Amino acid sequence: MAQTVFLEAINQAIQEEMRRDESVFILGEDIRRAIYGATADLLSEFGEKRVLDTPLSENGFFGAAIGASLVGMRPVVETLTSFMWVAMDQLISQAAKMRYMFGGQATLPVVFRASMFYGAGSAAHHSDRSYPMFMNMPGIKIIVPSNPADMKGLLKTAIRDDDPTIVFEDGTLFGMRGEVPDNSELPGEELLVPFGEARTVREGTDCTIVAIGGAVNHSIAAADQLAAEGISVEVIDPRTLVPLDKKSILESVEKTGRLVIADPAHKVCSAASEIASIVSEEGFWSLQAPIQKVASEQVHIPYTPSLEKHVYPDAPKIIAAVRRTLES
Amino acid sequence: MEIDRDILLLMLRRMWMIRNFELKVMEVHSAGEFSGAAHPYIGEEAVAVGACAALEDTDYITGNHRSHGHPIAKGGRVDKAMAELYGRVDGYCKGKGGSMHLADYSIGILGESGILGSSVPVAVGAALAAHIRGDKFVSMAFFGDGASNQGALHESMNLASVWNLPVIFLCENNQYAVTTSYAETVAVDHVSDRASAYNMPGMLVDGQDAIAMYEATSAAVKRARAGEGPTLIEGLTYRFEEHSLGLGRVARGAYRDEAEIAEWRKRDPLDILEKTLISQGIATREECDAINAETVEEVEKATEFARNSPFPEPEDLFEDMWANPIPLP
Repeated sequence: MAQTVFLEAINQAIQEEMRRDESVFILGEDIRRAIYGATADLLSEFGEKRVLDTPLSENGFFGAAIGASLVGMRPVVETLTSFMWVAMDQLISQAAKMRYMFGGQATLPVVFRASMFYGAGSAAHHSDRSYPMFMNMPGIKIIVPSNPADMKGLLKTAIRDDDPTIVFEDGTLFGMRGEVPDNSELPGEELLVPFGEARTVREGTDCTIVAIGGAVNHSIAAADQLAAEGISVEVIDPRTLVPLDKKSILESVEKTGRLVIADPAHKVCSAASEIASIVSEEGFWSLQAPIQKVASEQVHIPYTPSLEKHVYPDAPKIIAAVRRTLES
Repeated sequence: MEIDRDILLLMLRRMWMIRNFELKVMEVHSAGEFSGAAHPYIGEEAVAVGACAALEDTDYITGNHRSHGHPIAKGGRVDKAMAELYGRVDGYCKGKGGSMHLADYSIGILGESGILGSSVPVAVGAALAAHIRGDKFVSMAFFGDGASNQGALHESMNLASVWNLPVIFLCENNQYAVTTSYAETVAVDHVSDRASAYNMPGMLVDGQDAIAMYEATSAAVKRARAGEGPTLIEGLTYRFEEHSLGLGRVARGAYRDEAEIAEWRKRDPLDILEKTLISQGIATREECDAINAETVEEVEKATEFARNSPFPEPEDLFEDMWANPIPLP
């Protein structure tokens, strides 16, 4: 099994899907020169018509991708989370609503790949972890991969899915290495990760941590430290937030009786909030302690490292939360 | 330009169909047969009909809130349109879209949008697909003078021009964005003047004249199919009725005076087309009247069809969310 960097996994997924299906094309800003790395070598292989550099016009080219998807293409849009605000009209009024509004006539196999560059001094305008806002709006599938293999397998599934999908690509993971199976090792000779199936990252018996995106690695680190003290933590990665595999989460909480949710998004109406709400409604009698949310502080992202480091969930905050569940 | 007689008569039929559809909508809406906003297209029929007559079924259109004229102009069915306004299962969108969201994907009607300017990038995207695949279809985006001020229009026209896409930007300039006049909101004399900023041809056309609209659009379609890129067409027209049926009557005097309305009503697009057809010996008065009467009859049948169609069942609430369905949360 090959060690693959997260960004390479994105590149492999796009390349494989563009080879497999001529209706797949990619558009975005500065993708021909692959300034973020994910689109390296696509221009030379697939040519200018399928690898399109766009003007700075997110509302325009998101809409163009949506329109192309309506007539049989499978566009992949590359963008940053923070630039999606500029294109919210197209994402919400068109992508999310068209199929339902037109009584099922519209089919929109369009993927928006949104990089989340938080945690490295990008400040308020370039650090958004905005997936909870899109969870609130019906009509968009939402993926937040936490490792290279899931990144590749989920992106390939997203490109083949017939509904609009936003892939939140966690910038803190771009350099992460992980095992990605060679296609020759796989049944069907390709890596496809289904939507709506959580991954049990680590089994445990005392407390469940449901962790999202970049918070998965922090949760593994927390679990390692707690294991040294004899505390057994289970880590669940939902991988997709729409659809959400609530069954796996509820089963884990039934086993451990305790739940911590680690979510890099702002804590109010976050993915963590929704998961906490589901477990409160449907798993209440399994709980032996109050649910703990470890999400970002409800402030904008400050530029200076001395402040930014206090915003997000990290291993010490997650450990403290697990301890709170065990005190009860 | 020599225009086939069948096309001229088809245009007249579609214009009468829109007119009579809208008159019926106003009647049944005020009788309380359905609620919600509805925006009559009366007075503007020549714009959409002339433009769509230059298109094939395989070409695409997108539209806006004033949404009944575009689908009928492109050959859509009045029974399914009316049933949609009534919120019934046999409507175009099974009652989920209503007046502002008619669509017929079987003949290239990608859908009307209640957010103005928002459907224009979508039309650019259909044209992008033609460009990538080498297909010969074109797409057309209808928008008003109000929406011409949206950023989406600027982004779309620039994008279509730099990528040389087969798209026609069709502005229906009816001179008022609800109650706010063109002069108060647009910095240039004509929306079509903006074409030069995007390095594309801009055409100012008499929007009361279906033949002029057809000729201008045909030229734009020809350019688009030949790979020569986008065109901006402005049809100068006028809304004879109020902005919307559902929003309450707005005092006309507050933003446009009776003399202006009366002046524009003298330029009824149906009169203009019929006079041309009769004077050129293409159709007789009787033939024109018969077309009108036939469309009245068809609209009556469509209304009965709508009234007799059932409302959706509660379980239909959850249908049509996804192409690849997922469990409810």
